[in-house]
Amino acid sequence: MNDLSPQNEKAQERRALSKWSRRGFIGAGVIAGGGLLIGIGVRPGNPVGALGPKVAGGAGEELINSWVKIGADNVVTAIVPHCEMGQGAHSVLAQMLADELDAAWDQVKVMQAPADGSYVVNDTARMFVAPFTLNAADWIEPTWDGLFTQIARLADAMITGGSSSIRTTGQFQMRIAGAAARQMLKGAAAEAWGVPASEIVTRDSTLLHEPSGKSAPYSEFAAAAAEQPMDHTPKLKTASEYRLMGKSKARTDIPAKINGTAEFGIDAVPEGLDLSYAAVVRPPVPGTKVETMDAARAMDMPGVLQILNMGSFVAVVADSYWQAQQAVNTIQIGWSASESSIKTMDDQFAAFANALDEAGETGGKEAAAKGNAQDALGKAVNRIDAEYKAPYLAHAPMEPLNCTAHYKDGKCDIWTSTQVPLMARSAVAETIGLSPGDITIHHPYLGGAFGRRLGADYVSMAARLAKATGYPIKMIWSREEDTQKALYRCADLCRMRAGLDDAGKLIAYDSVFTQRHDPAEASVPAMYEIPNTTVRVAEAELHLPFQAWRSVDHSQQGWFIESFIDEAAHAAGKDPMEYRLAMLEGSPRHVAVLKKVAEISDWGGKTAEGTAKGVAIVESFGTIVAEVIEVDMSSGKPKMTNCWAVCDAGYVMNPDGFRNQIEGGIVFGLTAAMYGELELVDGAIKQSNFHDYKMLRMNETPAIEVALINSGDVPVGGAGEPGLPPAAPALTNAIFAASGKRLRELPIAKQFA
Amino acid sequence: MVSFTLNGQSMTADVDPAKPILWVVREELGLNGTKFGCGIAQCGACTVHLDGEPVRSCSTPIAEAEGRAITTIEGIAGPEGELTKVQQAWISEQVPQCGYCQSGQIMSATALLRDNPQPTDDDIDAAMSGNICRCGTYTRIRRAIKVASGQLEPRSEEA
Repeated sequence: MNDLSPQNEKAQERRALSKWSRRGFIGAGVIAGGGLLIGIGVRPGNPVGALGPKVAGGAGEELINSWVKIGADNVVTAIVPHCEMGQGAHSVLAQMLADELDAAWDQVKVMQAPADGSYVVNDTARMFVAPFTLNAADWIEPTWDGLFTQIARLADAMITGGSSSIRTTGQFQMRIAGAAARQMLKGAAAEAWGVPASEIVTRDSTLLHEPSGKSAPYSEFAAAAAEQPMDHTPKLKTASEYRLMGKSKARTDIPAKINGTAEFGIDAVPEGLDLSYAAVVRPPVPGTKVETMDAARAMDMPGVLQILNMGSFVAVVADSYWQAQQAVNTIQIGWSASESSIKTMDDQFAAFANALDEAGETGGKEAAAKGNAQDALGKAVNRIDAEYKAPYLAHAPMEPLNCTAHYKDGKCDIWTSTQVPLMARSAVAETIGLSPGDITIHHPYLGGAFGRRLGADYVSMAARLAKATGYPIKMIWSREEDTQKALYRCADLCRMRAGLDDAGKLIAYDSVFTQRHDPAEASVPAMYEIPNTTVRVAEAELHLPFQAWRSVDHSQQGWFIESFIDEAAHAAGKDPMEYRLAMLEGSPRHVAVLKKVAEISDWGGKTAEGTAKGVAIVESFGTIVAEVIEVDMSSGKPKMTNCWAVCDAGYVMNPDGFRNQIEGGIVFGLTAAMYGELELVDGAIKQSNFHDYKMLRMNETPAIEVALINSGDVPVGGAGEPGLPPAAPALTNAIFAASGKRLRELPIAKQFA
Repeated sequence: MVSFTLNGQSMTADVDPAKPILWVVREELGLNGTKFGCGIAQCGACTVHLDGEPVRSCSTPIAEAEGRAITTIEGIAGPEGELTKVQQAWISEQVPQCGYCQSGQIMSATALLRDNPQPTDDDIDAAMSGNICRCGTYTRIRRAIKVASGQLEPRSEEA
């Protein structure tokens, strides 16, 4: 189906112009007015001068380009601009750089790039702002690249999100940096040895000139290489030449994560600082403020240093976090009245329903249209109408939100787990009235994020406390604060209508819903050949503040669409797998993924009494994932027994790491499907901690098998998010197959309580 | 004053006896491997051993450690840092994602395997279901426990 928005029309044109192999041309570009814009991947000139002291502080270390340094011990360090939040990007990005550099993998280290404007990830910014430019024609590439570096800098785009690290930074920057560094090393050796560079081969971090028998470790020529001219379009390897890419190399961050030495934001112990600890209470209803505060009891409690009314929150600063939390729990706070008319989830869904009522059968903003759905619905032999409800969800990363801040003499140091270090820096600057240059962000590993740490609200709070008290402060949110007063995956209501012809074929499809965020195409069932389709948005107010949540709109839309397609299959009296396959004739990759998942799950094979399978397929973040879930309903409650997933990401850089991400996405999706729900009581969230905001546990998790298809000549897809969207619909479709009960509301568990 | 051993070392701490072991270990004794997750013994991220038994340190006052042995994630490897079978299996099966819950997972699994060297799936469920992994690494944790107990072969690197 065709999405006819102007941006996508342009995208089609550009794709027609371009070759898929962008070859990662990165360099200088001239824009109107004659200004020179410089690409970031491997910048011309000598980019290492200013960065050197920041990233190559070690003895004998030479920074070859912005992304790679080589030490006197011949250790190659990949300098990675993305954060490590469990997705494995640090390790795999290093793998990609090391492969192009011909580095010995056991001598490769990973370094987190500092929060510095030089490390904005412009290709990630491009994917969000204008994805059509990523595969632009070669002639325009330098301009796009330079332009987006500037945009990315202005937007502080040092971002980790959108399942984008490998497919943008990896493909378009790390590999080029590795290949360029290899050429520079060869150039330096060629000069010293007086031989042509073309005769030098590289292997395992060593330069070899076979005719003369000369050889040297990379470290010997690292300093000279940094002075070599830089090729901005180095030749990259083809898949048959890969030695590290495509291999399940063990992740470099794991050894520190099994012995307690891995440092997360909450573990920050800044040298030479005597930390105080803060616990906070934020408004239970969004948008309200502190009106009254009675802290008499807290003031006398042991260890308490200061009690602060910050207007938008209350804080206790103490010698210990535990003391601070005990004390803050005793403070009586009166909050201002909320202006929101939404007090309960019934109110919220009523507001959604009003918006959908107003939009009616043809109103709202069109997100996609093809043929004439309204007309075709009228002519259909068989009609299905359904309304789907999705609840609010919290991100609930295991590491509670926290930030350590030290304000002194007009400078501020911040230690925190964040997906957006430069945005956090700008937010702090604005909040406490400094310039970004006076703020240093230290950002170690993240104990999970799932989108929550794209917001820098908690970072600004800690900075305010540090400035207000003068203490170096570690602020930690309790789990209750994190669950009840955070930013959320939005709830939504979706009305869907389908029309089938006398053969059961889907000839008309219409959906209308109230929430549209990212990615824009999530709500469009584009892969299916349905001749008449409309997808409409009728916006409605949200009571709780929004934050992107793993897979963003796909988390609801994947469930809406794939549940409804399943309803259509059953209405047509067709097998849900066959029904989907019949609508995917123009999408051979989707067909291959579905056929493979049918094969490994023994779809159609015999199952035990009360047990059945459901299927769903969703393409998100460039990766096609189909899942089959088997559920046992014999006890009257759903017990998930098995899950099979097949993924086509074009080419998978680290198969085991990719599978780990898909497994995690499935568990995240099933957790939400089974238990995920935030209810409102008088406008405040009722659930508070893991006892009532439940997570799937070991004993409830099905066996999971993940198979991968490398279909090859397409852009590489993401890993972190795409496993999630098919999980909920595969499960609810299985429950329908096993019990005849169609679930149009989540979560599942309480409907079988 | 509370006296106990921490990872084999005797010590006496002048702290509020009601302060949970978690915060004594992290804030006073500088061992950050034990993690804060929920504060109400629901997630297991803070799991340590008290006389060898897994306990939720966020909800166990330091007073309860009087005269007893606390072992944290930092204390399970050999004297030269030799990794235990559980830790080795966590690497071979590439278990962690973000890694935040894994100290607690490893402490729970270590106690399980000491008492039950050949756990069944049900045994694993019973011992491990108090530990939440938000990244969803449960299937790998299960496999790693089976590898550590010799019931499965470790993953090969290139697979």
